[in-house]
Amino acid sequence: MANYTINVNGKAHQVEAAPETPLLWVIRDELGYVGTKFGCGIGQCGACTVHIDGVAMRSCQQPISSVSENNYQITTIEGLSENGEHPVQQAWLEHDVPQCGYCQSGQMMSAASLLNQIPNPTDEDINTGMAGNICRCGTYTRIHAAVKTAAGKLS
Amino acid sequence: MSTHQTRRNFLKVSTAAGGGFLLGFSFLTSCEQKPAAVAMAPELKMPEQWTQLNGYLKIGENGVVTIINPNPEIGQNVKTSMPMIIAEELGVDWDNVIVEQGKLDTENFSRQIAGGSQSIRQGWEPLRKTGATARAMLIAAAAQQLEVPATELRTEKGMIYHDASGKSVGYGEVASLAATLDVPEEVELKDPKDFTIIGQSTKNVDARKIVTGQPLFGIDTKREGMLYAGIVHPPAFGLELKSFNADAALAMPGIVDVFAIDCAPEGKQLQWSDGPTVRKQVAIVGKSTWQVLQAKQAIEVEWEQTSAPETSAGHKEKMADLIANGKAEEARRDGDPEAAFARAAKIVEATYSAPFLPHNTMEPMNFFAHVTEDKAELYGPIQTPEFLEKTIATLFDMDPAQIEVGMSRMGGGFGRRLYGSFGVEAALISKAAGAPVQLTYSREDDMTQGTYRPDYLVKYRAGLDADGNMIAFHVRGTGTHGSPIFENRFPAGTTDNYLAEKISMDSNISTGAWRAPASNFIAGAEQAFLDEVAEAAGKDPIDFRLELFDRAIKNPVGERNDYDAERYAGVLKLVREKSGWDADSGDARGVAAYYCHNSYVAQVLDLTLDTSGKPQVEKVYCAVDCGIVVNPEGALNQIEGGIIDGIGHALFGQLTFTDGKPDQSNFNTYRLIRHPEAPRQIETSFVENGIAPTGLGEPSLPPVIGALANALYQATGERVYDQPFMGSLPG
Repeated sequence: MANYTINVNGKAHQVEAAPETPLLWVIRDELGYVGTKFGCGIGQCGACTVHIDGVAMRSCQQPISSVSENNYQITTIEGLSENGEHPVQQAWLEHDVPQCGYCQSGQMMSAASLLNQIPNPTDEDINTGMAGNICRCGTYTRIHAAVKTAAGKLS
Repeated sequence: MSTHQTRRNFLKVSTAAGGGFLLGFSFLTSCEQKPAAVAMAPELKMPEQWTQLNGYLKIGENGVVTIINPNPEIGQNVKTSMPMIIAEELGVDWDNVIVEQGKLDTENFSRQIAGGSQSIRQGWEPLRKTGATARAMLIAAAAQQLEVPATELRTEKGMIYHDASGKSVGYGEVASLAATLDVPEEVELKDPKDFTIIGQSTKNVDARKIVTGQPLFGIDTKREGMLYAGIVHPPAFGLELKSFNADAALAMPGIVDVFAIDCAPEGKQLQWSDGPTVRKQVAIVGKSTWQVLQAKQAIEVEWEQTSAPETSAGHKEKMADLIANGKAEEARRDGDPEAAFARAAKIVEATYSAPFLPHNTMEPMNFFAHVTEDKAELYGPIQTPEFLEKTIATLFDMDPAQIEVGMSRMGGGFGRRLYGSFGVEAALISKAAGAPVQLTYSREDDMTQGTYRPDYLVKYRAGLDADGNMIAFHVRGTGTHGSPIFENRFPAGTTDNYLAEKISMDSNISTGAWRAPASNFIAGAEQAFLDEVAEAAGKDPIDFRLELFDRAIKNPVGERNDYDAERYAGVLKLVREKSGWDADSGDARGVAAYYCHNSYVAQVLDLTLDTSGKPQVEKVYCAVDCGIVVNPEGALNQIEGGIIDGIGHALFGQLTFTDGKPDQSNFNTYRLIRHPEAPRQIETSFVENGIAPTGLGEPSLPPVIGALANALYQATGERVYDQPFMGSLPG
């Protein structure tokens, strides 16, 4: 066990954890940001997606020891905006995307990261950018439309 | 419309009315009380004081209404659509409604189950009556307060108006008086043409919380003093716990205890929902989920082989043998099938198979429990809370009154959470650990200790006369723990000579309901087979089906046909029109239609092959007859989801077994459909007919597998018979 300082949603948090502890479990169990979901634990489903310095990363694959350095800024769904006003969140509401809703925070974090990198994505860009996030309910067509709407709001 | 019921029944539980539905609501539980914690949208709040008018409604003095959603929410959107039905008849402004998830409450509610796409169908009348009865009582109270006849009052958006005098009063101002009045024995229900909420697209009431990551799901539960728990279950079917050594695990950081639990002790009467329970498992309790997940891998377990290990290859062989030689139950026979086949000009024969499928809800199985000597509190994702309560009562010798079961929003259900063994495990662990616990399965636990969609094999034969008329039809099917055949479904009733045979296969692999049980396989098989028969008959596949429906409408064979042929033909005609079937779309097209869970669905699917031959579904046209559409946006979402889910599982889904052990255990080896593989477009049309609504959680999934198979044939020239289809395709 060791002490780490991590910056999550604009705040510095002191945590005590084993160095290999995945960021996912630190932010869920220790910090209480439960919007970030556990889906597979092996970086395959995308439910645990957060931003590290604005880029989508699988938090289940990031040991706490690797994200406490260099003043990395970690953003979870709770920190994407103050009150859900991020264009991606607004587009998700407009398209009534969620069914069960469990994978959607990861989907939205991937979408927001995609739009950071490619503000006006083509269909192919969206397909590639969102391929890492699984939705068992089958909301992909709505996600696709919502990413386009969000892109429109950002431009 | 006027409905009548005796007061006694209304106050208690109306049982077996109209064929056995159960849904109770008691009025007069009037009380002024302070809310403990009212779940609410941030912009809308209940006042400090409110009146509880019945099990479903709390009305604040300011007119804000809380409607309790009785049924478990698994993503089928009942948390929005069931309260919409109450709000419609109550006559309130939806913007003034807060929806709160109900707990298990057998006094006030019945059938608190998410299953079989039945919540809306079975809830329709009782929910309407609940709203209408409350409205009638509010009117009666207003009549007293305003000193005018009740018959001269009208309601609109939570207000009661007496037009002649210009007086008006809000629901909130008369609610406490209303709660003291007699419950009317008869209430008027609205004419559907006057609906203002039903039929309007209404956003998911939890959407804002979902998109901002608020705690909604069982796995998000956190309580004071709570420990985190995990289980170690047998790695293969056919094994049972013999002994374990937890020394290494106990030495790891954060680990509090490791012990065995027995989920099915001798002499305890369990529920059907406990059927697939693994009896003895090793439980581990610690201070964080990660520590538990790590340490459980360090537990050394000795397993005992108690029944023979099975393999997927062995299952295929055994099922093929059962189809060829097995003794079958003759489920239905019309006419003389053998003689008709003997005189047929042409016989078409085909055999279809499908593998086991895990549910793979994105939220792994988990549950919170706090069990003490005299009290059990359980909370989490469960489709069958009442059955969980019964099992807990049995296991701990408790009265149901000592047990509280709460339902979280669920990260998917698809049938997996009908079987609440994870709740039982959490309760046993809590009791043994002497602490509140949150049990969480790893993805591997979840995928390898499932209640899987059974593997199936079915053989079809059809006999055609010289004019291409189907004169004989024979289906013979088997599957693990049951045959997938529905003997009275289409095309039963359309063919003079018909035989349906069922064979069940034993196995030690646990199976259960999986989104549209059995239909999820048999619809695809049947619709692919009929496509092949239509081709052999030289007929357009839609014309061929419509001819059969025409027969079933005008002169049906037998009296037990489990469908309405006109509604069935109706969706097929609608999809033909909407898809421009009779013109060439340029893409390979397949058609299918199916009726299950009381709703009718027909689909036309267009696909292309990429340069490697991998299919891409371009567009799915879907026609649906589910009667009145309560929430169009929610309905579309369910239909689209079922289509994508069906295509994904038909293309990629399979759980295979070697020596009793699942070969796939996580998403690196198990393939679910991903974003780029989803249809580019889905266009849904509804039949408008004013019939009482039926459910949509399942019906769009089964037929799309047939439409996909038929489109693949058009694209490749090869028929696909064995799921997953990608097993025989490139990419």
